[in-house]
Amino acid sequence: MAVNLPRRPLSRRRGRRGSFWTHLVLSLAVLVVASPLLFALIKATQTGAQVVGPSLAPGLHFLENARAAWVGAGLGQYMFNSAVVAVCVTVGKTVLSLLAALAFVYFRFPLKGALFAAVLFALMLPTELLIVALFDLVSGTLKWANSYAAIIVPFLASATGVLLFRQHFMNIPASLSDAARIDGAGPLTFLSKVLIPMSWNTIGALAVIQFVSAWDQYLWPLVIMQSADKQVIQVGLSKLIDVESQTSWGAVMAGAILALVPPVLVFTVLQEQFSKGFALGQDK
Amino acid sequence: MSLVRPTPKSRAVRAKAIRSQEARAEAAAAQEHATFRGRWLPWLFLLPTLLVLAVFSYYPAARTLRLSVFRANLIVGNEQYVGLQNFAELLSSPVYHQVIVQTLIFVALVVVLGLTFALSLAWLASKPIAGAKFYRLMLIYPYALSPAIAGTLWLFLFNPEIGAVNTLLDALIGVKPRWLDNPFLAFALVVVASVWKGLGYNVVFYLAAIQNIPGDVMEAAEIDGASAWQSFWRVAFPLLSPMTFFLVFTNIVTSLFDSFGLVNILTRGGPVYGETGITTFLVYQLYEDGFRNFKTGAAATQAVLMLLLVVCIVAMQFRYGNRKVHYGA
Repeated sequence: MAVNLPRRPLSRRRGRRGSFWTHLVLSLAVLVVASPLLFALIKATQTGAQVVGPSLAPGLHFLENARAAWVGAGLGQYMFNSAVVAVCVTVGKTVLSLLAALAFVYFRFPLKGALFAAVLFALMLPTELLIVALFDLVSGTLKWANSYAAIIVPFLASATGVLLFRQHFMNIPASLSDAARIDGAGPLTFLSKVLIPMSWNTIGALAVIQFVSAWDQYLWPLVIMQSADKQVIQVGLSKLIDVESQTSWGAVMAGAILALVPPVLVFTVLQEQFSKGFALGQDK
Repeated sequence: MSLVRPTPKSRAVRAKAIRSQEARAEAAAAQEHATFRGRWLPWLFLLPTLLVLAVFSYYPAARTLRLSVFRANLIVGNEQYVGLQNFAELLSSPVYHQVIVQTLIFVALVVVLGLTFALSLAWLASKPIAGAKFYRLMLIYPYALSPAIAGTLWLFLFNPEIGAVNTLLDALIGVKPRWLDNPFLAFALVVVASVWKGLGYNVVFYLAAIQNIPGDVMEAAEIDGASAWQSFWRVAFPLLSPMTFFLVFTNIVTSLFDSFGLVNILTRGGPVYGETGITTFLVYQLYEDGFRNFKTGAAATQAVLMLLLVVCIVAMQFRYGNRKVHYGA
């Protein structure tokens, strides 16, 4: 994470003594925070017999465990499904909230305040609360329980996205949109040629949050998805454990690590936009 | 900058003035930005968002409200109007009382412990020391963990027979606690796992807020002879309070709703203590009634009660969250 701080002049002695304790506390914290994942990494490389034993020596069997999870337990398919869902939701949310923010900031129209309030109020209606009625709607009325649509379409609108883009657009000088209009550019040209190039940090920050939260979906896919070959990774992974008697923990740990790769990747690629996008969002 | 504590009244007046100033500035900004003309165009741009929200948020919300006054089973398809009986039953049920109490304890513990750890670690990792970047990165990465994966890792880590924790405890002091069968231990485990899972998110936001503290303010405190402890509590902590407010509310909401994945994999709501499983929190109870016991009406009633809770929380955020600490002219 690129968080650069101004160097503060500290008195030498206090600095050195203080930094010993700082290092000690931080190293311990990092060790404690990392230990569950380290443990998973080690166990994912061991043979079946070692995994259930006390040994904490890394082995050379990661590929075997990963293959058992990927092919044997169908994790490959689950990962693919989650990727499709997370990408569609992230792209859809970004496009829809850019358009909505464009309307809210650059147009004057009746009921604007009420509509904005309606978008904001949706923040208070998470899927978990609506789940019973939403289940009835999506599986009963729409009959989507066997398709990706069930886990994509309900999540395409984003109140957070509209809010952040609106805030960001308001900070862009109005003279730019005046100039664009005088030059004969329509709102969509203005959006694609001016606003989007000026919004990459906000888009990136939002994309990280939306990708991670779409990838992490668990409760909704668990109840709605009827066909196993379209299930998402979070639910698929937990199915590996459901086989109560003989859980192959090596494969489960390998699967957990594989399931972590996409969000970590997205986070790593967009980390600069992520921190900048939020630094901007903060000082309002 | 003044460190003199303003009286509540002057603070309220100032906050009000600032708020109306902000409102006016915002209204002015909204006016001057509204450059494009078109009667249908804004509606066209809003249509996709409004359509999705109407169909997948507002319609189900209205249905939930309606279902809460019926004794219904959506699987069988029968409905019978019962008025407020669902609410009366729920609010007089000892099981639901216990669920509410243990959810509140869980949320309070996760928020307080989570924010304390996140702020202390973010503060230390913001110091200009060697390897600070590495520490920051390592503290942030749990953000990439989903509740379900966190639950999976902890389930194995605390497995009584083959988990690493018991292997270690057995070797050191010869005990092998049955973590998930003992109510107290299981509850503590879910709390700690949630704090661990939330750490990355909280650290990210605290790091950004600490970075935004003007360097000269901290320098001034140091020149004035403030100890490290004093400059943290008297200078940095008040400056960070808007971020703390924001994180308190997001953490309350996250621990209310996102705890489901963790609980469902780690404890399945158990072990039983008193009236019900000690890790059966509000969302888990809603899921159990809606999709296991097929008491659709009761589940909808719980959703309405939880919505009221969320509305209260958001109202409090608007009431107190705007009271930011303002410094400078």
